[in-house]
Amino acid sequence: MTSTTDTLHRQSSSSLAVQLSRFREIGIVAFLVIVIIVTVLLKPNFIQPINIRSILLWIPLLSVVAMGQMMVIITRGIDVSVGSILAFSGIVVGMIFRDFPEFNIYLGTLLGILLGAMLGAINGGLIAWLKVPPIITTLGTLSAYRGLVFIVSGGRQIDPNHVPTALIRWSQRGPFGIQWVPWVVIIAIVVALLTYAFLRFTKMGRNIYAIGGNPDAAKLRGISVESTTFVVYLITGGLAGLAGILYASRFGFVNPGETGVGFELTVIAAAIIGGTNIFGGSGTVLGVFLGCLLLGTISVALAVLGVASTWQLAVYGFVILLAVIVDGIIQRELQRATTGE
Amino acid sequence: MTENSSEMRTKGIDMAFGGVYVLKDIDFEIYPGEVHGLIGENGAGKSTLIKILAGVHQPKAGEIILRDEVVHVPNPHAAVDMGIAMIHQEPQTFPDLDVAENIFIGRQPMTDGLRRVDWSKMYGHAEEILNSLGVEFDPHTKVRVLSIADQQMVEMAGALSQNAQILFMDEPTAALTPTEVEDLFAIMNNLREQGTAIVFISHRLEEIFDICDRITVLRDGELIGERKPKDTTTDEIIHMMVGRPLSSLYERNVEQKIGEPVLEVKNLSRTQKFDDITFDVKAGEVVGLAGLVGAGRTDVARALFGALGIDSGTIRIDGEEVKITRPREALAYGLVYVPEDRQRNGLLMQMSIEKNMTLAVLERIAPNGWLNEKAENNIAQEYVKKLSIVLRNIRQPVRELSGGNQQKVVLSKWLLAEPRVMLMDEPTRGIDIGAKSEVHRLIGELAAEGMAILMISSELPEILAMSDRIIVMREGRISGHFTKEEATAERVIAAATGQVLEGA
Amino acid sequence: MTTNETNVQTQNSIQGTSSTGDRLRGILVRPEFVTVALLILAFVVGSLMSPYFLDAVFLFNYTSLYIEVGIMAIGMTFIIISGNIDLSVASILALVASAAGVVYFDLGVPMVMTIVIALTLGTLLGWLNGALVARLKLPALAVTLGTWALYRGAAQILVGDDSRPRLAWTREFMYPEWFTRIHRVYIPGTPIPVPFVIFLVLAIVLGIVLYKTTFGRWVYAIGTNEDAARYSGVPTHRVKMLIFALTGFLSGLAGLIMVSRLSVARYDHARGWELDVITAVVLGGTDIFGGRGSMFGTVVAFLLLIFLRTGMGVANVKAESQLAVIGSLLILAILVSNLTEKLRK
Repeated sequence: MTSTTDTLHRQSSSSLAVQLSRFREIGIVAFLVIVIIVTVLLKPNFIQPINIRSILLWIPLLSVVAMGQMMVIITRGIDVSVGSILAFSGIVVGMIFRDFPEFNIYLGTLLGILLGAMLGAINGGLIAWLKVPPIITTLGTLSAYRGLVFIVSGGRQIDPNHVPTALIRWSQRGPFGIQWVPWVVIIAIVVALLTYAFLRFTKMGRNIYAIGGNPDAAKLRGISVESTTFVVYLITGGLAGLAGILYASRFGFVNPGETGVGFELTVIAAAIIGGTNIFGGSGTVLGVFLGCLLLGTISVALAVLGVASTWQLAVYGFVILLAVIVDGIIQRELQRATTGE
Repeated sequence: MTENSSEMRTKGIDMAFGGVYVLKDIDFEIYPGEVHGLIGENGAGKSTLIKILAGVHQPKAGEIILRDEVVHVPNPHAAVDMGIAMIHQEPQTFPDLDVAENIFIGRQPMTDGLRRVDWSKMYGHAEEILNSLGVEFDPHTKVRVLSIADQQMVEMAGALSQNAQILFMDEPTAALTPTEVEDLFAIMNNLREQGTAIVFISHRLEEIFDICDRITVLRDGELIGERKPKDTTTDEIIHMMVGRPLSSLYERNVEQKIGEPVLEVKNLSRTQKFDDITFDVKAGEVVGLAGLVGAGRTDVARALFGALGIDSGTIRIDGEEVKITRPREALAYGLVYVPEDRQRNGLLMQMSIEKNMTLAVLERIAPNGWLNEKAENNIAQEYVKKLSIVLRNIRQPVRELSGGNQQKVVLSKWLLAEPRVMLMDEPTRGIDIGAKSEVHRLIGELAAEGMAILMISSELPEILAMSDRIIVMREGRISGHFTKEEATAERVIAAATGQVLEGA
Repeated sequence: MTTNETNVQTQNSIQGTSSTGDRLRGILVRPEFVTVALLILAFVVGSLMSPYFLDAVFLFNYTSLYIEVGIMAIGMTFIIISGNIDLSVASILALVASAAGVVYFDLGVPMVMTIVIALTLGTLLGWLNGALVARLKLPALAVTLGTWALYRGAAQILVGDDSRPRLAWTREFMYPEWFTRIHRVYIPGTPIPVPFVIFLVLAIVLGIVLYKTTFGRWVYAIGTNEDAARYSGVPTHRVKMLIFALTGFLSGLAGLIMVSRLSVARYDHARGWELDVITAVVLGGTDIFGGRGSMFGTVVAFLLLIFLRTGMGVANVKAESQLAVIGSLLILAILVSNLTEKLRK
């Protein structure tokens, strides 16, 4: 073995890599703490139930879809149509609630998920089997599905009095009537746990990492890249459909021209900030969940500080760029340290 | 070896890619408990044959018979189910997953009852298999951080874990050190004793004669013959491969004029790659850079060319100190690099031969930015004639050419740039023997005209015959330096492997 | 393998000459052929549907509603051929437009100077994209996803939900006469509006650059195999930065044209138009993976999109549905392209 004075000693870099990946989750938490501290310094009454609830309410909508987006990005893809899928599911189920007020909200939720899954399946089919690149497919369906929303709704929005109160209550109360942790938050946590279990303990979940890490090798090992890719977009569609219902629950309305517009950006931002590697092959549920928490906190903090919502878009763009740049630099330094490239 | 029935055989296999036949009427037999060597020049069809048997390709005609039953191998996964495993030349791994998962991906052990991935069982199995290979690393390691040889071990572990009865190995030794090759052969011996049938492809005749019980030679898609190593000689095998007796494979005119140093390298270092490299190359000289794969030779060349960074050290060209941070700058100084991987770094495969040739000198042919297609065409034609490049049409995509002709296109590109120093990395790798000797002749001519040439090669006979001086690298450092007279195969290998020679 | 064999036929091949049969087949196989065929088809169908289609004045005026897409598509052609993508083009348009409005009205800078500043800003914004992609070696998709948001976000910060001139202002505060309504300025004696001329001139000039200069060859090389291009001495960093800067400049120019047309600058100009820009390039036969494509194809595809928009407008299709059609068209274009690739093999 080589001596310690040997400059060419090829140290095992597993410790380095592991450290740097843990670093990511710690980094998000650190950033989160900084944001909170800064906001509290500027507005000491930041920490109060109403704000905490605002932040918490942010998470479900975002994280539910971000779980799907994370899986998509792991497979080296991207899905910018989630906002339109969300709107479609929200509008259709909303219309059903409007026209059939007695319709069961659980059935409605299920329907929303199925509608989303159907749209996701179209994405998946185009990407997996017809080999249309993900950015192009979902850029196209972003518009196509939005057009569908308009056609189906006739341009009319779903008003608050159309949304069942039971549904709205999901965002107001939680188990045992607690106000702090509304049902939607529980739903989000359950989705996160299910995603974790799926990715960690099922073969298909592991295949997702495999086809993102080395698609050719995956094929040789008998993993069906097409089926796995299809499933990932199907799931993401379904989750976006669920988010449509959660949107109606949270905001009490669904508007064909507004609902979900620009949502895909926030979701992608959350996933990337959460450490999902834009090159594919890696990403964690915890990281993405923390990413959603961070974005929610920033959003509420900005509002509390009186910063107009007009700053939001720029802030998101900046944060995405920052994450991409930092990730890129870390990757390069890591490569240099371990291989000298 | 008793007369067993064959484990697997083919009957009349034909294969074609887009109308071009690459295999014709192949009857090939594999017996259990045997290592069967498959040898032939590049393009002979060896890789294609085993890919057909492993389910990667479907034959155009012919039968595959597995233990007396005609079968169909639709894809690699089905092949695995049939007990067939394949080790590739370049390890196919998942860098962000750990070793254990790389071995078991797609076939992870599941728990009873809930049917979920059983991680602890997987790590346990992985450790067992790695131990049986005599390998020490932790199955939790992410494959990204392993060396190529270790990654290959992971692939072998994968094959072992499948209890394959038939193992295809496609040039597994290309990237291994002699010690690692020995380890690999030990494992193969083990498997052979257990009754596994192994098909082993290699370009290295010494290895084939060392480990194989039987040798099959392919040439131009046809099965030329089958021999047992003890019943034949390397000359006969070469004859079968090439179709003509080889008088002198390597020719080099002895008379040359060696002038002043053109390239001087001093104390060149790069973390993790190489350390304290000092040498020079004079005009008219061919300096061979020998060493095992992984010794750092390509990295030195890339660093000189500006494709890899340098931490410390100086480079002088024609006596003047230069700082090269990208290939474009190296080119400006007259230093060019013929890459090891010509398909990835040397050529734009979908572009025409003509455009590939002129790519490096566009600014010279078109000084004010306007392309001059007539001039390009003239120049390209000139070099097609000069290097005897065989092609259909100068506008055809370069990927349609054979390996040897592709290499000639790469060389033309660089010769057009009128360099002072040429760094050639494995210039005759993957090209047929005919083109090989043409390239050697060209190198000799260039040297005679005053070019300074640094030639990296892993083929000992080539380096010994072509070089005026030989520098040997080992693990990132220079470990030996021999003049043409001093250099012998034993000395070079000793320097490359760090052994001490008796009575040198 | 045979070695040296030169006979007359091979001689011909070396020189690269070919029969007319070969050349004809060569044209049919090119993806642009499909685009031209579609354009002719659209024209025929359109003219059957409505007499407006045969009215040159009507058609040309319709191009002005959309000409910014064509101008941005010129830059995007370079980007996609080089194997990259730029999602931020419409955001650059919006930011440059908003900045121009602020500079002119809030800072009182004379219009000519404002134009110069605006174009410079556009170039810088594109240059930033290029620097991140080329120097830091970050993937273009991720970078321009970030700048897609950042640039439009910056525009939103500049003008908020308002505009320049502000909604509350009276009619005294307007852009100079000579600057506005550029789409109503025509080449004397023809129905051809100036923006269309600008588009065509830029397309021709930059098309020549793409096809006939060393720089253009480098762009194709990088899109075919960036590593091999770099190893062959192509200045990959410089080329990439330049094409992103060029696209930024063109997007900025498009922003100015839009302000002139609408006489107002807002942050949500051209929202979602990056879809149309990419569609125009891909529909024109440029391979989304890089290495293949032409300016001619982009121009034809842009005209095709105009015909489609015109047709839909005449048929009273709503804006969102039009968007849906364009989106579906993009996907269709790739599917067709994949199919022709397979047929070619």
